[in-house]
Amino acid sequence: MSSVTEQQHDQAAHHDGHHHPAKGFKRWLYTTNHKDIGSLYLIFSLTMFLIGGAMAMVIRAELFQPGLQLVEPHFFNQMTTVHGLIMVFGAVMPAFTGLANWMVPLMIGAPDMALPRMNNWSFWILPFAFIILLASLFMPGGGPAFGWTFYAPLSTTYSNDNTALFVFAVHIMGISSIMGAINVIVTIVNLRAPGMTWMKLPLFVWTWLITAFLLIAVMPVLAGAVTMVLTDKYFATSFFDAAGGGDPVMFQHIFWFFGHPEVYIMILPAFGIISTIVPTFSRKKLFGYASMVYATSSIALLSFIVWAHHMFTTGMPVAGELFFMYATMLISVPTGVKVFNWVATMWRGSISFEVPMLFSIAFIVLFTLGGFSGLMLAITPADFQYHDTYFVVAHFHYVLVTGAIFSIMAGAYYWLPKWTGNMFNITLAKWHFWLSLVSVNVLFFPMHFVGLAGMPRRIPDYALQFADFNAIISIGGFAFGLSQLLFVVVVFKCARGGDKVPAKVWDGAEGLEWEVASPAPYHTFETPPEIK
Amino acid sequence: MSHAPLLKRLVVICVGMFAFAFALVPLYDVFCDVTGLNGKPSLEQAKQSTSVNEAREIDVSFTTHAQSGAPFEVQSHEYSVVVKPGAMREVLFRAKNTSNEDKVMQAVPSVSPGKAAKYLHKIACFCFDQQPLKAGEEVEFKLLFYVDTQLPEDVEELTLSYTVFDISRQIVASN
Ligand code: HEM
Ligand SMILES: [Cu+2]
Repeated sequence: MSSVTEQQHDQAAHHDGHHHPAKGFKRWLYTTNHKDIGSLYLIFSLTMFLIGGAMAMVIRAELFQPGLQLVEPHFFNQMTTVHGLIMVFGAVMPAFTGLANWMVPLMIGAPDMALPRMNNWSFWILPFAFIILLASLFMPGGGPAFGWTFYAPLSTTYSNDNTALFVFAVHIMGISSIMGAINVIVTIVNLRAPGMTWMKLPLFVWTWLITAFLLIAVMPVLAGAVTMVLTDKYFATSFFDAAGGGDPVMFQHIFWFFGHPEVYIMILPAFGIISTIVPTFSRKKLFGYASMVYATSSIALLSFIVWAHHMFTTGMPVAGELFFMYATMLISVPTGVKVFNWVATMWRGSISFEVPMLFSIAFIVLFTLGGFSGLMLAITPADFQYHDTYFVVAHFHYVLVTGAIFSIMAGAYYWLPKWTGNMFNITLAKWHFWLSLVSVNVLFFPMHFVGLAGMPRRIPDYALQFADFNAIISIGGFAFGLSQLLFVVVVFKCARGGDKVPAKVWDGAEGLEWEVASPAPYHTFETPPEIK
Repeated sequence: MSHAPLLKRLVVICVGMFAFAFALVPLYDVFCDVTGLNGKPSLEQAKQSTSVNEAREIDVSFTTHAQSGAPFEVQSHEYSVVVKPGAMREVLFRAKNTSNEDKVMQAVPSVSPGKAAKYLHKIACFCFDQQPLKAGEEVEFKLLFYVDTQLPEDVEELTLSYTVFDISRQIVASN
């Protein structure tokens, strides 16, 4: 193994100076290296995960008991709103972009991303978006308090003057993810190593390619929606104001036209990660590669015609309700294909339970559970009862926390040794997994019950009969929050040192990323590899 | 390999989708107009009716309410009227500005059940225009309408609801 490493070092040494990373802060500020930028995205995402998590702790502390005890209702609303915005746009999406930056060039045998300068920009505008958003919390009047979905007229007529800051923050986040997506597409289309045909692409690359197309299709629509909110609020337009001939329900149509594809933006790369990890630790090829590609594409296409399942209670005509109900249920077919393929991959494999695999198996089970509650919500008449209750909160946390976040954790543990050259502390990582697994269910499972019993979401107080369940939920919440600190410790320790790992960290792993040394050298695949 | 051609195409998609978000606004109205969904009746003067169906009778009720904080009282003289499809009918509304400032009022109509919206035709309506009302002023407004003879059989009664808004601020802002 050491020979590979030396060879890479030799290669690097032959190049001139500018190929070596600069020192200190400037290295990170000016970097155009995909690995540096990938790391920046991942560190940023982890930071946001902790900040958004702290807000969740405030929410759960307030909801520990019925009644209002810790925070003002207006501040509570700011917490639910900014928690949602940070987790979606600050934690999950940048984490996937970070993984794409790190892994896509390595997986397709490209020397870097196609547009490295733009890559630098798309990362470095992101912290400003979140500084603006977070700063608005400290201004007179406070930050956004209208929910991450910023429905008009809450965000127009009834919001405070800091709403402009929210709008600009979302604009910047949108521009950042559009640039990131464009970069991914150009890289995958133009920089594949010779012989890397479409149907040889690793699934993580495929799912990201499709996600990137979703991103460039719907992030501009989000930008349009916030722009209309801005002009309605400050420039006397009436897009969403009935007094001037507009319609607040139209806001919901525009928002969810973005919003539903957005939830798939947060899960398709997760599918890619799980499809990479499960074969490795089952020591088998992925079952049904081609069907995975087609399933992902059809999920992406269908995601454009289901948006109004978020709006069943807005008074749509029956024909509309039925259309969106059936279209939504149709999505569970390709989703079912994926789950089937993962299980079939594990079937009769020689499975071992390394930490990435543990997270992947938990993903498969718990994400499917979230899919089932989604199906329940898709039943129009039932949704009239479930809508805007904790049942919805339970649904989307199962698909997003035990889905998207667990896949990110799985991916992080899977590639961390490749990034750092060191094995992480396995005992601590297993503690992190088991504590997370138990606490996440204590946290989110009872939400199904209080939701079915009618507890509304986004309210700082609740009826007495929900008290016991909410106390349990909050305890689960604190436990889950604290468990994530273990993850921080594991990552930090792994970056500092640990047992050295070979190029091919996991014996069942396949793919070009395992052919470069560990840690991956600063420059890789400057001459494209040979694809068999 | 040159990235420019692909890059250009992707940027065009982005710009196009940004424009599409705004295109959704008229598309949404067109869609509601064509299908009559959303109970969103037309704000344009309708054509005169050409025939009357003497055999049917439709119950039309009126409700009005002021959007929170709008200082107007608007009330129809009759609570409800019975009309034959195709027959013209006039209804008077009394509107009062209850504040001590000059205001501009905009009434927004809505019809329920929603699918009946495109069968209620207004020849004259105070909702077609912005209505300036002086402080404390009280005026009579006229609504002239008929129900289309094509109104689906299962609709026997419908409600025309007006929400009135105070748009004085918007008017100042846009001037
Ligand atoms: C079979 C798959 C799925 C179905 C049938 C489904 C269905 C639904 C329905 C009907 C709602 C609206 C509930 C309501 O507001 O009354 C909903 C909400 C939601 N879903 Fe799903 N869903 C599925 C998968 C997913 C996935 C994969 C994600 C994200 C990774 C997701 C994220 C969300 C979110 C975030 C909301 C709540 C949005 C909000 O109101 O704040 N769903 N889902
Ligand atoms: Cu959805």
